[in-house]
Amino acid sequence: MDLARYILRRAILSAFVVVGVTFLVFVVAQVVPSDPAALYAGPRPTAEQIEKARVTLNLDAPMPERFVRFAVSMASGDFGVSYKSRRLISQDLGVYLPATLELAIFSTLLALLIGIPAGVAAAARRGSWTDRLGSLGSILAVAMPTFFFAMLLQMVFASWLGLLPLSGRLSREISVSDPLTFVTGFNLIDALIAGRPQVFLDALWHLILPALTLAAYPAGIAMRLTRSAMIEILSRRHITAARAMGLSERRILYGHALRNAVGPALTMIGLSFAFALTGSVLVEIIFAWPGLGRYVSESILSKDFPVIAACTLVVTVCYVLMNLVIDLTQAMVDPRVALT
Amino acid sequence: MILLEIKALSVTFPTATGAVQAVRSVDLQIEKGAIHGLIGESGCGKTMTGMALLGLLPKGAQVAAEVFRFDGMDLATQAAYLRGKRIALISQDPAAALNPVLTIGRQMDDVLRTHRTQPKAARQAVAVELLAATGLADPVELLNRYPHQLSGGMQQRVVIAQALATGADFLIADEPTTALDVTVGAQVLALLRKLVSERGLTVLMITHDMDVVAAVCDRATVLYAGLSVEEGPARAIMGRPHHPFSAALLAALPDAVPRGHKLAAIEGRIPSPTQAITGCAFAPRCPSCLPVCPDTPPPVRGNSDHRWACHLDKGAR
Repeated sequence: MDLARYILRRAILSAFVVVGVTFLVFVVAQVVPSDPAALYAGPRPTAEQIEKARVTLNLDAPMPERFVRFAVSMASGDFGVSYKSRRLISQDLGVYLPATLELAIFSTLLALLIGIPAGVAAAARRGSWTDRLGSLGSILAVAMPTFFFAMLLQMVFASWLGLLPLSGRLSREISVSDPLTFVTGFNLIDALIAGRPQVFLDALWHLILPALTLAAYPAGIAMRLTRSAMIEILSRRHITAARAMGLSERRILYGHALRNAVGPALTMIGLSFAFALTGSVLVEIIFAWPGLGRYVSESILSKDFPVIAACTLVVTVCYVLMNLVIDLTQAMVDPRVALT
Repeated sequence: MILLEIKALSVTFPTATGAVQAVRSVDLQIEKGAIHGLIGESGCGKTMTGMALLGLLPKGAQVAAEVFRFDGMDLATQAAYLRGKRIALISQDPAAALNPVLTIGRQMDDVLRTHRTQPKAARQAVAVELLAATGLADPVELLNRYPHQLSGGMQQRVVIAQALATGADFLIADEPTTALDVTVGAQVLALLRKLVSERGLTVLMITHDMDVVAAVCDRATVLYAGLSVEEGPARAIMGRPHHPFSAALLAALPDAVPRGHKLAAIEGRIPSPTQAITGCAFAPRCPSCLPVCPDTPPPVRGNSDHRWACHLDKGAR
């Protein structure tokens, strides 16, 4: 009961966040010192062309009306047309968003699966070589610049060992000669829907290096957070009590202590997911990954405001949803969370 | 039959500034089926003695003993094996002894499945039965509750049920009533007494409270600064303590002092665990200290049933 109420409260709060960001995005569009009509009208427009564009874009309507129009069309998934390319933004997003989400979700999972067990192992054998190696690894993972780590991975796993593909989302043989039917835009899922396991594996191999690159930073921090929280929890009396009752060390670590200790790491990884949605431009460029980050940064350079607005909102929604998932997970892991 | 026999148990922590002697020399002999009190002030090594029995001392602890036997097995090597199988702990402060993020049912089941190979449904039936045996009403509903939803008394009953769930026949109860209200504490003690006689358990009752000893213990050992100073039937120690420290502990009970009189605190402080002790450890605080006391170790007096270590030939008083 507590849990349901807690989630409802969080969901309502999230809705406010989305509405608030929509408003902000709209306001920013009003104050930015560039004229959207002039941009829309193309290069070196005449005054007449600009005026025409102003009417087409509904820029002459009063501001409240424009905000409502803006919010309604955003909510219905109609993000308008890019000033630059004149393409439908929703169409572009349909391609870039799944690619980015696939990468972000996969790297978040990697960060969870690497960072948290590493933190547990380091805390369980505090001061040992495992602990020291883990700490060194986490510092490296956090401190190394993304582009450098990406190139390092490419050099070792793609060039030297030839184990994993260098870049792209699919091998050329597949993407050019026998492409996947577009259903969700998530290659892994589309391959499964099409019933093509070798394509699924191909997509998976392509995901590993960019995902590892993105996962390094959150995994390193999650490891540190988990380690210190675990060390604190392992000194608690209920852990001694569990040991006194003969429970296995494994069950004590993962069944009893980790549940108490995993909160900060979960929060941190949730935040890093949001960052991965648009902050992964470098990774997308290095690995030739057709994602949202590149799309947004190009639109910023060309002041393509509708694209920026659409991406901002989409990322906000993804972020809010991810936070809901994290909140729900935390409440399930620690029932006291739902009480606060 | 003697279940637990310890002679000259010591627990030492080597540190850069010298050895810390948490336990200097403790003797214990516990009959099967008895509730044996281990009494002393805080810092006298009571809990460390209990942890040594469980093999759960902090890292770096050095344990030594002339005799360290449980039911014919050497505790020095078998403690980890016996822990949870034959020896279980009822921890002080039940709120801290239960994991806050796991349901009671899950915590009971974790213990049960560690020690039994039964299907889940059967284990749940056992859990319900054990919770009921500790006097908890509505145990089935309790399985889905979290510790913070329970009162202190209920939590302590859950902790006792967990100790029973291990199947151990020797329980170390570390200050089981200290964190509870007096009335609830009395109920918990009565429950322990009942479980001991019904299930043939043996209990080492670690406490600083003479009232607890009077209420439930058959025999008791008085510890001072990591040393056993008196051991005997609880009734005899409560009725006529022979060691001056036992007498002082008894006199410090508030009801031992007539109304309007000053409460009888024991003057001075327990010697630091880093300090070497040459004579009687209690000498600096002893009201009947003799010239010989500070420098010569006291002789053991009395008989095998009741003995104490003191220079006074007639005992305290």
